[in-house]
Amino acid sequence: MLEITPLHYTLLSASLFMVGVIGVLVRRNIIIIFMSIELILNAVNINLVALAHQFGNLSGQVFAVFIIAVAAAEAAVGLGILLAFYRNKESVNIDEMTIMRW
Amino acid sequence: MLEPLVFYTLAVLIVALGILVITARSAVHSVLFLVGDFLLIAALYVTLNAEFLAVIQIMVYAGGIVVLYLFVVMLVSLKHAPELHADSRRLGVIGMVLALVVLVELVAIAYVSSTRSAGATVTRAVQSFPVGVQGGNTEELGWVLYTDYLIPFELVSMLLLVAMVGAIVLAKRSL
Repeated sequence: MLEITPLHYTLLSASLFMVGVIGVLVRRNIIIIFMSIELILNAVNINLVALAHQFGNLSGQVFAVFIIAVAAAEAAVGLGILLAFYRNKESVNIDEMTIMRW
Repeated sequence: MLEPLVFYTLAVLIVALGILVITARSAVHSVLFLVGDFLLIAALYVTLNAEFLAVIQIMVYAGGIVVLYLFVVMLVSLKHAPELHADSRRLGVIGMVLALVVLVELVAIAYVSSTRSAGATVTRAVQSFPVGVQGGNTEELGWVLYTDYLIPFELVSMLLLVAMVGAIVLAKRSL
């Protein structure tokens, strides 16, 4: 209990991941959905950094750096799409994004 | 004694702020909770000897990405926020159930993997990065990043360039 093992970090990561997944599945505001995706990516990063610390191998931290870069790219493109959508529909409700749905 | 205290405090705060992010009514509040969450995760990185990553987390996430979100929240009128109109809560319940299934799965995987490799290296608490090295974690990470992971690093820079062009094209009214 008092010793902090990688399992603790994994469980923290899983909890944060689940919070993000609930946000993606339950909320309708697309901005909040993007934020939930950031939470999910951060959960993965916690896992990677904790295991890098555990095994004394820096590869995990390098992957975390890559994930941060990809998250930045995703945020930029996603918010660009959001702005284009808002310009057309005057809404940020994900239920109205039905053009490509069959 | 101090390490578990720090870990549990940070863990509880991180998850609590995460829950606040997805439950806040106003998107601006959500963004502010998100900043707090990122800062706490940076603190967690410091306790894991990943100082460079902690700084990157604060600069890129808390400083860059969140400001981008704030800009968009301000640009988008929130007068008719999506969740204000009544809707069937059924979909939300399904989402919660699916997420709980995912959580159970992840916890099971964590327990199984931690018990399976318990005899090997997992219980060995590695004092991983030599403190005496000049430059510390940043220099070590730089060496790994620019030798072993040089090509992925260049690919990520290309990805960022493409994403930048794509974001400009998407957000521009007319080319």
